[in-house]
Amino acid sequence: MKLYAKPAHELHEMLLKKEVSAAEITKDVLARMDETEDKVHAYITETREAAIQAAAAADEKLARGERIAYFEGIPGAIKDNICTKGIKTTCASRMLENFIPPYDATVMKHLAAENPVILGKLNMDEFAMGGSTENSAFHDTRNPWNTECVPGGSSGGSAASVAAGSAVWALGSDTGGSIRQPASFCGVVGMKPTYGRVSRYGLVAFASSLDQIGPVTRDVTDAAHLLQVIAGHDEYDSTSSASEVPDYAEALREDVKGLKIGVPKEYFVKGMDAEVEESVRAAIKKFESLGADVQEISLPHTEYAISVYYLIAPAEAATNLERYDGVSYGARVDGADVVEMMTKTRSEKFGEEVKRRILIGNYALSAGYYDAYYLKALKVRRLIKEDYDKAFRTVDVIVAPTAPTPAYKIGEMTNDPLKMYLQDVYTVPLNLAGLPGISLPCGYSQAKMPIGLQIIGKPLDEATVLRAAYTYEQSQTFCREMADMGVKA
Amino acid sequence: MKYEAVIGLEIHSELKTNTKIFCGCATTFGAEQNTHVCPVCLGLPGVLPVINRRVVEFAIKAGLALNCTINKFSKFDRKNYYYPDLPKNFQTSQYDLPIAEHGYVDIETEEGKKRIRITRIHMEEDAGKLVHSGATIKDSAASNVDYNRTGVPLIEIVSEPDMRTPQEARAYMEKIKSILEYIDVSNCRMEEGNLRADLNVSLRPAGTDTLGTKAEMKNINSFKAVEDALTYEIERQEEVLEDGGHIVQETRTWDPARGITLSMRTKETAQDYRYMPEPDLVPIITTDEEIQSYKDGLPELPDARQARLEKDYGLSSYDAGIITSSRDMAEYFDAVIAEGADAKLAANWMMGDLSKNLNQEGKTIAESPVDAKRLGSMIRLIEKGTISSKIGKEVFKTMWESGDDPEKIIKDKGLVQITDTKELESVVDGVIAANPKPVADFKSGNKKAIGALVGQVMKATQGKANPQLVNQLLAKKLAE
Repeated sequence: MKLYAKPAHELHEMLLKKEVSAAEITKDVLARMDETEDKVHAYITETREAAIQAAAAADEKLARGERIAYFEGIPGAIKDNICTKGIKTTCASRMLENFIPPYDATVMKHLAAENPVILGKLNMDEFAMGGSTENSAFHDTRNPWNTECVPGGSSGGSAASVAAGSAVWALGSDTGGSIRQPASFCGVVGMKPTYGRVSRYGLVAFASSLDQIGPVTRDVTDAAHLLQVIAGHDEYDSTSSASEVPDYAEALREDVKGLKIGVPKEYFVKGMDAEVEESVRAAIKKFESLGADVQEISLPHTEYAISVYYLIAPAEAATNLERYDGVSYGARVDGADVVEMMTKTRSEKFGEEVKRRILIGNYALSAGYYDAYYLKALKVRRLIKEDYDKAFRTVDVIVAPTAPTPAYKIGEMTNDPLKMYLQDVYTVPLNLAGLPGISLPCGYSQAKMPIGLQIIGKPLDEATVLRAAYTYEQSQTFCREMADMGVKA
Repeated sequence: MKYEAVIGLEIHSELKTNTKIFCGCATTFGAEQNTHVCPVCLGLPGVLPVINRRVVEFAIKAGLALNCTINKFSKFDRKNYYYPDLPKNFQTSQYDLPIAEHGYVDIETEEGKKRIRITRIHMEEDAGKLVHSGATIKDSAASNVDYNRTGVPLIEIVSEPDMRTPQEARAYMEKIKSILEYIDVSNCRMEEGNLRADLNVSLRPAGTDTLGTKAEMKNINSFKAVEDALTYEIERQEEVLEDGGHIVQETRTWDPARGITLSMRTKETAQDYRYMPEPDLVPIITTDEEIQSYKDGLPELPDARQARLEKDYGLSSYDAGIITSSRDMAEYFDAVIAEGADAKLAANWMMGDLSKNLNQEGKTIAESPVDAKRLGSMIRLIEKGTISSKIGKEVFKTMWESGDDPEKIIKDKGLVQITDTKELESVVDGVIAANPKPVADFKSGNKKAIGALVGQVMKATQGKANPQLVNQLLAKKLAE
């Protein structure tokens, strides 16, 4: 198996045993990038020079016999809405086409302590708004399993690069499913932590009460370790949790005996995709055979989750995106006066979906409509959260599909934004309730497109989620399979 | 038709915390442009605010000093509007759950004490400053933004429309300034923009209680301008109404050079700020214990202090009002009294020579070269009769210039008052002999003529003769 196809923990072992050098690993992943990028287009910005230097530095440390960190010398990439000091951070938007942040996001500071190899910044839906990465202002990203299909979104680049082998690990962000759904579509592992578990400082805000940064990896072990690196309280983020971060590696054991698993009856409805249902039900059966105690639960307000999400997220986004007005950040369309400059800049530099959501958001917040829409949505959000609180009194984790279908074709949903919004039905509730959730592969469609299983946990109980995920993962081979992409390995 | 003016004020005061409301940048005035900035107060993509607890403390203290109820559960909201001096194009402010509500201050009016109610006090961040390339915004091809001021903490104090005259509005603002200085939450330096007011004024037929349409004047930053702008605007509105016209609800600017208010472009609809709870900040929870602790820590406030000075020292209401109008002045007074000086003399010297010299040199009382101790000593010397008050003026002037103690100055300049009767008698004899005409005038019934003789004695003694003794001796000698 090629180096680019191995998970980080295996590469780390090989480095320690001096079976391979960091330079060789990076070279191999860069070669894979060369082979796949003209089909996958996962990257917006590549930072090869710095990557090669970082690999060399890791090798020097190893040569001196010094200890290296888990991700030291291992190549990964960062979603382009996470601020990286001195490296362009575009959010896949013309508005930030040339924005170079003068500061690092907190997660980048955490990562820096690991001395990883950063290969570049990854493509996404513009300002994280979308479920297919088709809303990127620059180019599409394609699904490595079938390059006519979408990789999912908004962290499409993160999932596609890890799936293609042009990154061993990646960071994504998740506001309504943007890590989990692309992970599901691309057959990799993606996790959204509990709201507040990971600092949002430096994550370009989409919806402040919903956004979280999380790991996208080859397997659950890597996800646990990457989460360990980025999690923790941040004094720069007032919404970050002060709760102690447990040792997630301890969660990586095969043990679900007696684990109570809830299956929401509202999630399995007549007419749902048969292949998705089959794979997910098979996974549930697997859990039972491993000793878990599976029970049906009810989440009665499920049907309102999309509406609630598509009122709260756009409202917060509308205010978060007001700062993009042509005054700063380099993108400016001149006008006769400042109002015209702002209007023209925003009209021309924002894409359609961004503008759509800003309009929805402002409508929901406007005088005369605030109570009926935004305030009402906040109240129903509470009810959705209470559904989970109630369920978690009787179960430890909840399982569900991640996405209602496998990856669809490029262009299939772009004419029907509402249809695309409905794709988020299994993922948005977690963001509304602030819960942790992981997606990992649990099967394939007939067309050999990956299907993802979602495991949802109690607030700050990533450990149990990881344990359930690890146990399931070890019982099958889906995670060890990679798209061959028709490229000579 | 007789109209009644109805006036409300929204006062913005910068809080004197060391750092800004949501980040660690310095708040000091006058720094080089764009040097007190960081990603957070620049509103760069990805940044988040973190509340400066000192801001909350100061806001609560202001609420308590202004007799408000403190809301134990309070939160921030985004107030959304576009302007280049506002980097995020929203201001983090407070909407429906402000930190304090339902307070009041009392002001002195011609009809006596009047209570002005305070609707609410809330915290918010200040915006930056636009620097236009031309003299005014209309003459400019471009503007630059100085972000030093973005994120400086403000409290906004909103009054009920309880004021009826420009003088009441001025008195209200002066009272607010005084109280905020007393509790040390603001520097209130209006020339630095620490304290600004938005004025709202409408007219209604006297005796009715429905509010008329109001006009608003924003960012008035001097007491004089408050009074002048309101005076003009009330007259303007009266004229419009007398002519049968309607007042347009609008924002007007005050042009101090021309002494008029001008309409700014009227919008068809009122600005919709689309207030939204700030999701990046958690609510502010304050306990009863904390509130009590802040209350206990408040100093004696101006009204209480004034009352005490009137009661304990018999100062007039006017004098006590001036002395307590600023905390520095009130504490200076206390220190002068602590030297054993008489309260009324202390008040006179402070309101007289001290204030005159401070004003001439543009100094605050805290910068006075004559400290309270020295002034107190000097007053004691006058009381003891060591020097006359006239000589005191000279001593004061020298203290101001040299910083020396009054005792040293008196000694060096030989200014000790002459109270030796024998010494004065010989001078008096000499003056009587040398001035026959005033003597004759006095003796023939013009009692005022003694003044000229007193003057001559003072001249002969370089002003050091004790004036009362001189009068006595002259009277005695002339009666012989």
